[in-house]
Amino acid sequence: MNINSSVLLSKYIKAYTLKMVSKAKASHVGGGLSISDILAVLYNNILYFDSQKPLLENRDRFILSKGHCCAALYATLAIKNFFTLRDLNSFAQFGSNFMSHASHKVKGVEFSTGSLGHGLPYAVGKAVAAKSRNKKWEVFVLLSDGELNEGSNWEATLFASHHNLNNLTIIVDYNKLQSLTTVEKTIKIEPLKDKFEAFGCYVSEVNGHDHEELKNSLSKTNKKNSPKVIIAHTVKGKGVSFMENRVEWHYKSPDEDQLEMALNEIGVRL
Amino acid sequence: MRNYFIDLLTKEAKSNNKIMLMVGDLGFSVVENFKEKYPKQFINAGVAEQNMTGMAAGLASEKFHVFTYSIANFNTFRCSEQIRNDIDYHNYNVTVVSVGGGLSYGALGYSHHAIQDYALMRSFPNMTIYAPGTRSEIANCMKQIFKSKSPAYLRLGKTLPKNLKKPNQPHDYAPGKWTKILECKNRESKKCILTTGAVIDDAVKMQKKEEFSNYHIYSLPIWGMKYKTLQAQQINKWDEIVTLEDHLEDGGFGSYILECNSSIQKVGETKIKLKSLNKNVCNTVGDQDNLKEHFKFAH
Repeated sequence: MNINSSVLLSKYIKAYTLKMVSKAKASHVGGGLSISDILAVLYNNILYFDSQKPLLENRDRFILSKGHCCAALYATLAIKNFFTLRDLNSFAQFGSNFMSHASHKVKGVEFSTGSLGHGLPYAVGKAVAAKSRNKKWEVFVLLSDGELNEGSNWEATLFASHHNLNNLTIIVDYNKLQSLTTVEKTIKIEPLKDKFEAFGCYVSEVNGHDHEELKNSLSKTNKKNSPKVIIAHTVKGKGVSFMENRVEWHYKSPDEDQLEMALNEIGVRL
Repeated sequence: MRNYFIDLLTKEAKSNNKIMLMVGDLGFSVVENFKEKYPKQFINAGVAEQNMTGMAAGLASEKFHVFTYSIANFNTFRCSEQIRNDIDYHNYNVTVVSVGGGLSYGALGYSHHAIQDYALMRSFPNMTIYAPGTRSEIANCMKQIFKSKSPAYLRLGKTLPKNLKKPNQPHDYAPGKWTKILECKNRESKKCILTTGAVIDDAVKMQKKEEFSNYHIYSLPIWGMKYKTLQAQQINKWDEIVTLEDHLEDGGFGSYILECNSSIQKVGETKIKLKSLNKNVCNTVGDQDNLKEHFKFAH
């Protein structure tokens, strides 16, 4: 597949995510849809990579810390030719490498995640490695909002800031919903921008579905002498009206009719 | 033990710029020389073991050989999921180095008693446990660790054995292989005390007692899930084995040997007895020698 528009790419990511989750009767479609625009901009406009050489030394490193939303990442990698679209059919099937939490056994996936609070420390380790060897590649890590309950993220942010790791970009998928209810009602994280700034980071807030805002904030030229944090305001279930902002789509998978309706709303035929 | 470890690591770092030593804000009067000589290969991660261990995985993914150094429970139990998911599952080249194995820090209380660490670390499929008891074993463990590209746990006790003048150990030995420490007078005896870690002195004291005078002393300093299949042949040579460890019985070294014994084709019955720490040590504070004496360790 050859798609050079991030907007079109995001539609296909959403469509394949829906299809994979539906077929596998898997969970986490809502979070997959909330990060699809971020992934589309990253893989279309920001990250340096060669899908035929997934371990290319000077590639940028992307880590999906919210590993439960891996369907969207697998879809992105397939569309970008790391493997075939047909491979996505084995998502969450017996014996498949495409397990329903991010798996490093899949080409292009740097790190297996699934337990929250692991991606950022790992990303910091990679950023330290790049700095210590004077490498120009950069590290991008995508976290969920609920994941910020995990203390390891704040340990890692302290460290990254202390060591001025300006080759590290932390993106927060701030869709305001976590496992049982809203972030606000679970563990308040506001004022989030102030928190990251108090930790010494360079913080911007963007509409996580606006590709121009994402491109501008994710741009490698847009940096200071500290880790960059992008708080991406998103909508869980984005693009499918009956899934948007509904906590049950953290768990449910669309049946055939719902898949059909969802694909119609996304506007992509597979 | 820790000083010898750091000397060997410092020597290796001279010719190997992939070595990265991370400390969890510990190592006063131990790590300074390394830090001065190789500042770019030294990181103080602060009092944050989860982050230190996750970062170690990230560094190892970029071909560093990372050593995470702390007091036993802090860089094991505190960050056990980081070891499980980030290091062991990805089979990264990270060596978790714990000082204060067993009751080395007995007087500091239960938080510092490292007496369940084998149980945790031996549950990881890719992990090799290195529990040296002699200077020769430390050197051999480090040699193996430098060669290895897999996760490792190096458990260091407080001191080297005082009651062992010269062990009968060879210069080289392999993971999973028992090594002879001291023969008993009856060279034909088919009984042995099998140790792991810094309990060689205790084994020597045991052997001096009438009851165990007929037991050779062997150690198994390098072990783990990967080496279980190597144990059958070694266990079968003996009529009786008494395992000795400064760890609780559950999930420990003796349990490991028992598991190996239960899964093998028996040539003959080998009687296996376990000697470990009394669980009541958890509620008692005192220096290592007092605690061991009080709870009749290795009696």
